Amino acid sequence: MLSINLINTYRIPQTFEYYRPRSLREALELLNAIENAKVIAGGTDLVVDLKYRRVTPRALVDVSGLSELKFVKAGDSYVEIGSATTIQELAENGAVRRYLPLLAEAAELFGSWQIRNLATIGGNLCNASPAADTAPPLLAHDAELELASLSGSRVVPLAKFFAGPKKTVLERGEILRSVRVPVHRRRAGWSFIKVARTSFDLAKVSVAVLLSLDGNTVADVRIALGSVAPTPVRARTAEKHITGASFEEAVALAPELVAREIAPIDDVRSTARYRLEVAKTVVRDAMRRAYERFFRVGVEV
Amino acid sequence: MRVRFKLNGTLVEVEVEPHETLLNVLRDGLKIKSVKYGCGVGECGACTVILDGRPVTSCLVMAAKVDGSEVLTPDYIARTELGKRVVDAMLDEGAIQCGYCSPGFLTTIYAAILKGIRDPEAMKRALLGNLCRCTGYVNIMKAVKRLLESL
Repeated sequence: MLSINLINTYRIPQTFEYYRPRSLREALELLNAIENAKVIAGGTDLVVDLKYRRVTPRALVDVSGLSELKFVKAGDSYVEIGSATTIQELAENGAVRRYLPLLAEAAELFGSWQIRNLATIGGNLCNASPAADTAPPLLAHDAELELASLSGSRVVPLAKFFAGPKKTVLERGEILRSVRVPVHRRRAGWSFIKVARTSFDLAKVSVAVLLSLDGNTVADVRIALGSVAPTPVRARTAEKHITGASFEEAVALAPELVAREIAPIDDVRSTARYRLEVAKTVVRDAMRRAYERFFRVGVEV
Repeated sequence: MRVRFKLNGTLVEVEVEPHETLLNVLRDGLKIKSVKYGCGVGECGACTVILDGRPVTSCLVMAAKVDGSEVLTPDYIARTELGKRVVDAMLDEGAIQCGYCSPGFLTTIYAAILKGIRDPEAMKRALLGNLCRCTGYVNIMKAVKRLLESL
């Protein structure tokens, strides 16, 4: 394997066409007309891939300047986020902080300040890394994606969007327009915990928990994890199992139940064995933190 | 491709290749050598510039993207009133060893102060994306504290 130091990362060692469309429609037309065109937003993943020649597109279509894709709208039943909204904008947005504090927490732990100022929520999802920081919170919230194309648009649940590591169900000619997060007006506690070498490194394991209680009984719980399977995942069987249980019972059961639903691997950042053990501990920690927040500062989600 | 943007307050127009990054254009085309090439993949922060008011790693920004934007580079920042105070604090505390990371640190600290960050812990978080391979962090944080106290 080549060491990182042997590759000159100063220049991109290939060329391509570069387009800055002025509208989403124009961007879609470009994608349709050019074979092997790639959408670029923040570029924090793609530019690195270009430097390492992991991708060799004929053209880049830059959507980062499209105001049509840069918005956060808080409606009655959902919060809608434009795909070109940067991670820093998410972290600072009033509606996100108020209605989706779980996502805000993940946005704050995302990369460095410099990276958060470039990276977008759409890019984070479309790049489809199993470690994508925005994915577990959005999976926990049952987020949906609106995929636009010249022939109209379709809505895909985020849970069905990821097809594997670095793979999505996006078809040629489609652009992720927005992320819609349903808001149910149910009081909930939340927690996003990420285990990484340094806080801005990619996650070895990440866990997002949304928790609603009825007295001390678990009324609704969502547990989503990153970096422990080919895609970010929900631990739905565990969720079903512990719903209706007392919180103490739920915390005792959840780690082992979640462990059965994940399939971590060995890679440069960690080992399968470590990830499995740590995931169990972090599930417990995240549930406890969500529990405390439910009583202290619960929000309606 | 022709790209027009405001560089340190002055409108510039440059011819760029579609595969060039902002870092390439600043260093090679515009001869702004205060912007350093470190890792080239957004990890180290040596190439930090301020793009439309926000610090970014210029090694990951496509040059064509900055058309119509405003860019501030470390050499300019060091000449501003606030930038001078950041540099002085770094010099006073010996926060510079080999110096290669210093322009990036200066830029991020400057941007953080303009953003209203006054707490050393918050500043530490803002600086996570700037690496010092001499590991001179203790003195860098001393400089940060001295500076924040003086504001």
